[in-house]
Amino acid sequence: MSVLIYAENAGGKFKKSTFEAVSYAKAIADQNKTNLIAISIGDVAKDDLVALGKYGAEKVLNVSNNKLKNFVNQAYASVIAEAANANGADIVVLSNSFSGRGLAPRLGVKLQAGVADGAVALPEQNGGKFTVKKTAFSGKAFAVVELTSANKVIALTPNAYKVVEGGSAAPVEDFSVEAKASDFKELIKDIVRSTDKVSLPDAEIVVSAGRGLKGPENWGMIEELADLLGAATACSKPVSDAGWRPHSEHVGQTGIAVSPNLYIAIGISGAIQHLAGISSSKVIVVINKDAEAPFFKVADYGIVGDAFEVLPKLIAAVKEYKASA
Amino acid sequence: MSKILVCISNVPDTTTKITFTDNNTQFNTNGVQFILNPYDEIALARAIELTDGGKGSVTVINVGEANTEATIRKALAIGATDAVRINAKPHDAWFVAYQIAEYVKANPFDLILTGRESIDYNGSKVAGMLGELLDLPSVSIIKKLDATDSEATVEREIEGGKEVLTIPFPFVAGCAEGVAEPKIPNMRGIMSARTKPLAVVEPVEVKTLSEIISYETPAPRGQVNLVPADDVAKLVDLLHTEARVI
Repeated sequence: MSVLIYAENAGGKFKKSTFEAVSYAKAIADQNKTNLIAISIGDVAKDDLVALGKYGAEKVLNVSNNKLKNFVNQAYASVIAEAANANGADIVVLSNSFSGRGLAPRLGVKLQAGVADGAVALPEQNGGKFTVKKTAFSGKAFAVVELTSANKVIALTPNAYKVVEGGSAAPVEDFSVEAKASDFKELIKDIVRSTDKVSLPDAEIVVSAGRGLKGPENWGMIEELADLLGAATACSKPVSDAGWRPHSEHVGQTGIAVSPNLYIAIGISGAIQHLAGISSSKVIVVINKDAEAPFFKVADYGIVGDAFEVLPKLIAAVKEYKASA
Repeated sequence: MSKILVCISNVPDTTTKITFTDNNTQFNTNGVQFILNPYDEIALARAIELTDGGKGSVTVINVGEANTEATIRKALAIGATDAVRINAKPHDAWFVAYQIAEYVKANPFDLILTGRESIDYNGSKVAGMLGELLDLPSVSIIKKLDATDSEATVEREIEGGKEVLTIPFPFVAGCAEGVAEPKIPNMRGIMSARTKPLAVVEPVEVKTLSEIISYETPAPRGQVNLVPADDVAKLVDLLHTEARVI
């Protein structure tokens, strides 16, 4: 018995969501008085692998096979399942990232494991029942899922569990696998990843705007505020539908669900579909000229005012705060 | 490409206020309007475009009881060629994927599309599970899908960017916004949907791996703290000293 964590990298670097997942997996290993083994696939620097120990990994399996340098869903799932079997891991943890959402279901089938996707809290283990709380109804509710199978797969929502440091350097072992040709039917043509911008699902602060901004030409203010705060930019559905912003920024029930520490909504009325996507934000700030906007009912802080007047002042105030901090 | 399968689910309308009954163990369907899952609509629209002009057929498949037939007829009205309903309560993603995989083993398709997730349980699991059960490649969340006769080029969403892949048919993909614009059924579609074939298939037995045991609704938030519009600096101060988020 042990717990296996898949430590995902983006372009060779581990992200905060990976450290969250390692910390989370360590807590599960502790619950079960067993070991936490991490597996990394691709080109990650040795120091970064060793450093996974800081978050609780007791051993790091490193798969550095040229064919596996970039994510191939089917092949990565085979490698992780093989590592789980070779190490007697009955619980596999990963991040509920875009890649994680591709891996978790394949791992579930391979390991005949129940899958808890979008987990938001540690499992509870009482009287032989293993239950995990996960998001449901696109953020409007949570479901408590019992995994009734012997093996279990859990995909952790980014920003739902705090990074815990406390461990020490972990030994790194090469884990060699025979990559099956039939797992490589897809061919990667191009990977475009903007490195200067904070990615929306991982962001700790999100600055989001709606139709109140009147047109795409006014997004400069949103981007300026986001840059100052180290935030990701987002938008409401009407904005992406109108083509003012890309679909990948659309937050809401039919877009991306986010759970940042701070969500700033500017010129968004707060339709139930939008609120679903942001309900697990820790602090919500709403700026809207309509005092009756439904968004104020779920906000922690609010300003009733015109975005075009409030935003420049907010940008100036944040600059001042940053200068004094 | 000749045959496309689109997996559809029947979900509460996006405006639904979600509540529960029986001590928070059952979703309260009282007064809830059910719709075709919005992401499945995107997958269906793209499938219809890819087979436009008689280049193939689009079958929709749903795992559900008789009450999902209105949603299945909607998919037929939008333009699907025929439909299959596997007559069972969709217990979880594993159950649904297993049933569909069994059907596909007997009735092969060139391309299998799902929505990126259903808006009720948000698992994003059926596409990957189908891929594994059928030993096919799967792409979890795609934003673009172009096809030639033998292969497709898809754009997969990644954090902060995209990945472009080519994949030979057959494969499975979960569709998101960008793949196609949903189609609205026209009168001819609505009329013809009534007579299009809808086969009802009985489920096969499968071991369950998970069980939803209860639901919770998010904790209500306190009263909003309104800051005057002419004192924006106070908001920044509160976010720093009180909320401690900046």
